[in-house]
Amino acid sequence: MNGLFGHVKQNDEHSTEQETPQQDHSNDSEPENEQHDISTASEPLEAQVDESEVKRYSVGIDLGTTHCVLSYVELNDDEDEEVTQQVMAIPQLTSPGVVEDKKQLPSFLYLAHEAEIAEGSITLPWTATPEHLVGDIARNLGSKTPIRLVASAKSWLCHAGVDCKEPILPSEAPEEVDRVSPFEATKAYLQHMKQAWENQHPNAPLDQQDLIITVPASFDPAARELTAEAANAIGLNQALLLEEPQSALYSWIDNSLGDWRNHVKVGDVILVIDVGGGTTDLSLIAVTEQEGNLELTRVAVGDHILLGGDNMDLALAYTIKAKMEKETGNRLEAWQIQALTHACRDAKEKIFNDPEADNVALVVPSRGSSLMGGTLRTELTREEVDRVLVEGFLPEVAASEHPVSRPRSGLRSKGLPYAQDAGITRHLAGFLAKQQSAVEDLEHVELPENATFLHPTAILLNGGVLKSEVLSNRLLKVLNSWLVEEQAPEARLLEGADLDLAVAKGAAYYGMVRKGNGVRIKGGTAASYYVGVESAMPAVPGMPPEVEALCIAPFGMEEGTSETLPEDEFGLVIGEPVRFRFFASNTRREDQVGMRLDYWTDEELQELDEIEITLPEEGRKAGEVVPVHLSAAVTEVGTLELHAVSQQDGHRWKIEFDVRAGEE
Amino acid sequence: MPTTLDLWHVYLVAAVLVLALILIIVLLSMVIGMARRANKAPVEVVKTVEVPSEPEIKIVEKIVEVEKIVQAPAPEPIVLKESTPDAALQLLGLLQKEARFIDFIKEDVSAYGDADIGIAARVVHEGCNKAINEYFTLETVRKDQEGSQVTLAEGFNASEVRLTGNIVGKAPFTGTLVHKGWKVTNIRLPKLTAGHDASIVAAAEVEL
Repeated sequence: MNGLFGHVKQNDEHSTEQETPQQDHSNDSEPENEQHDISTASEPLEAQVDESEVKRYSVGIDLGTTHCVLSYVELNDDEDEEVTQQVMAIPQLTSPGVVEDKKQLPSFLYLAHEAEIAEGSITLPWTATPEHLVGDIARNLGSKTPIRLVASAKSWLCHAGVDCKEPILPSEAPEEVDRVSPFEATKAYLQHMKQAWENQHPNAPLDQQDLIITVPASFDPAARELTAEAANAIGLNQALLLEEPQSALYSWIDNSLGDWRNHVKVGDVILVIDVGGGTTDLSLIAVTEQEGNLELTRVAVGDHILLGGDNMDLALAYTIKAKMEKETGNRLEAWQIQALTHACRDAKEKIFNDPEADNVALVVPSRGSSLMGGTLRTELTREEVDRVLVEGFLPEVAASEHPVSRPRSGLRSKGLPYAQDAGITRHLAGFLAKQQSAVEDLEHVELPENATFLHPTAILLNGGVLKSEVLSNRLLKVLNSWLVEEQAPEARLLEGADLDLAVAKGAAYYGMVRKGNGVRIKGGTAASYYVGVESAMPAVPGMPPEVEALCIAPFGMEEGTSETLPEDEFGLVIGEPVRFRFFASNTRREDQVGMRLDYWTDEELQELDEIEITLPEEGRKAGEVVPVHLSAAVTEVGTLELHAVSQQDGHRWKIEFDVRAGEE
Repeated sequence: MPTTLDLWHVYLVAAVLVLALILIIVLLSMVIGMARRANKAPVEVVKTVEVPSEPEIKIVEKIVEVEKIVQAPAPEPIVLKESTPDAALQLLGLLQKEARFIDFIKEDVSAYGDADIGIAARVVHEGCNKAINEYFTLETVRKDQEGSQVTLAEGFNASEVRLTGNIVGKAPFTGTLVHKGWKVTNIRLPKLTAGHDASIVAAAEVEL
């Protein structure tokens, strides 16, 4: 996410290295401790200089909702030498006793029962007793025992109303299963990749490499903080965050081998559409010019949309399930639907890839050893694929049609807030309309007067789902129909992207960009942030007190910068937790620190989880009231940090994001 | 250093050479004598070799190695490679997992109609295809069209191309390509943990 916050002051290599390890995400709020950290941070650096023969790499980790990928590139002092980027094969158990190398590590964690695993059958190349079962084995075992499977931990990190450090997953697990927290699961995936790396590169410990971890552009500050904290918890204190759509663009730039300047021009607005397994992530990046050089600025990001390839496979499977149940009159069991989902995934690819194949046989084999008795057969037809996937997920809608959102029913089970509207094109239309003014401040980008939405001129696709030409062509067709409607030129597709691995590759490339080898995407924070304060009005009985939103961090705050509230002060009570309502806006670009909004629409400001601060007693009396200022800073890592600063002696206390105690 | 080469020096050199030769001969005869004595020793070893039905084949192999070191000039014994069972079991396990291969082969096909067998065959074919493609890289030995005329130059690889039919004369041979052949160019079989019992090609499944 570093790129998100764009240009840091152009440091030379060494100062960047020195600064990164000091980012301490422990809960220490004492300024003395932070000072202390700075002094210790230089020690590993010195040790590293001594071993000059040790190779150094830039490592990028795509910590995906369904898959993780690690890519790396060797950092050479010799600039002329060709650098080759590689994707690390990650050894992982695929079933008990079997270890395979795969480029992707499925982001699943399985909480095995002790009776399930034979002794010595979960050995990995680096340990005989891994703490958690992650990767392919977790997905395979979990497909038959879902009550013990942790999936989509990443989506929980960005889910309001739960405490991500509480053991809550799997949410459907019975009492006796020892659950894990989404944070713990994230840590386990990172830990597995760290150990795999160190097994293959014994001379290059991962904590001494440049490390970039990608996060969705739509991740809120708390989710970013949790991701950085998970890396810190396994000793990767130097990890930086990068937004996934930006990473995809970096990968495209890297793939073009310097030719990218011929494919984009000043005034272009690049729309990055990333449809992954579990989420859809949208970003807009404008191409501008500074002293004759092309510059890239990320101007807007979309909301967090839980909608992806897995939803498509499920939708198809349930369509076929309904058809089979109608044909045979028997209800399908859970394991049959599971098998059907698998079969549908493969059959869909066949239909997409082969224009001749109008129907593909689907077979659900029986579970027992007799293959011929209980095996069910049906067909998946092109018509069904078109209806369910193409029309269902990418409907041809007008640019003015925005996602439908029904009010959630009061008795919502405690699950993930999946997108209610499956129409990706409607989400896209909503995003472009909402961000219509995103490029107003840019010199070189102009939008026609009559435009009702922001006109992108180029499109970069990412994510496995869009590998299918049927789907990507449809997406382009719908978008271009909107542009043609407003007499705008059609957007062109930026070719040459590697849709599965681009995010990890781009992250590793970004490590090189940070060394000054390549163009950097500017941007800053993708939102402005507010705390809710009660307005100074006499209380009206029976009415909740009016709340005003006080801006504490403006839009586009760059990494390494900080802002303090000039006048407003809060009285905090020592020893008592104080909570603030917390809001973000990805459209209000003008608000400055200290501005108070007394009215806003739901569109403009999104309420995030409350933030909390507890002043420790240390040297003060409990119950004493301390007047403080609020201060917001964006760290080099790319996380937002809020502090309360004492008026009296300049003491600082960190404000926690991740206090989602589930008291919704 | 003498600057001239007189007869005295030549005589000295000759004497050194003769002494060295004698030393070599003495040493050689000692070695041969020891080797002969050693030859009589491993009677017990031969006994164990004569009982091949015993499962402790590995021990036998170790003793044979010791024998080789001692007995230098013995002719190379003919060793037929014995396949390790693990890789074969592993492949069976993979085919069962991906393609229900054992289930299919073990089923009594005669009880079912062609339609039922066809449905099952899809499972097996798709799964086998997936497994083979995932774990092996296959190439054809000959790129020519089957049925076309091919010429084999002298020194062709006889294990890659098998001659059949009217084999007379000398290379180059010209004939019809009946089968293009398959060659595995890469194997990526999964690794197994030490405690893994590969003979369980499919675990029994009990749903609770």
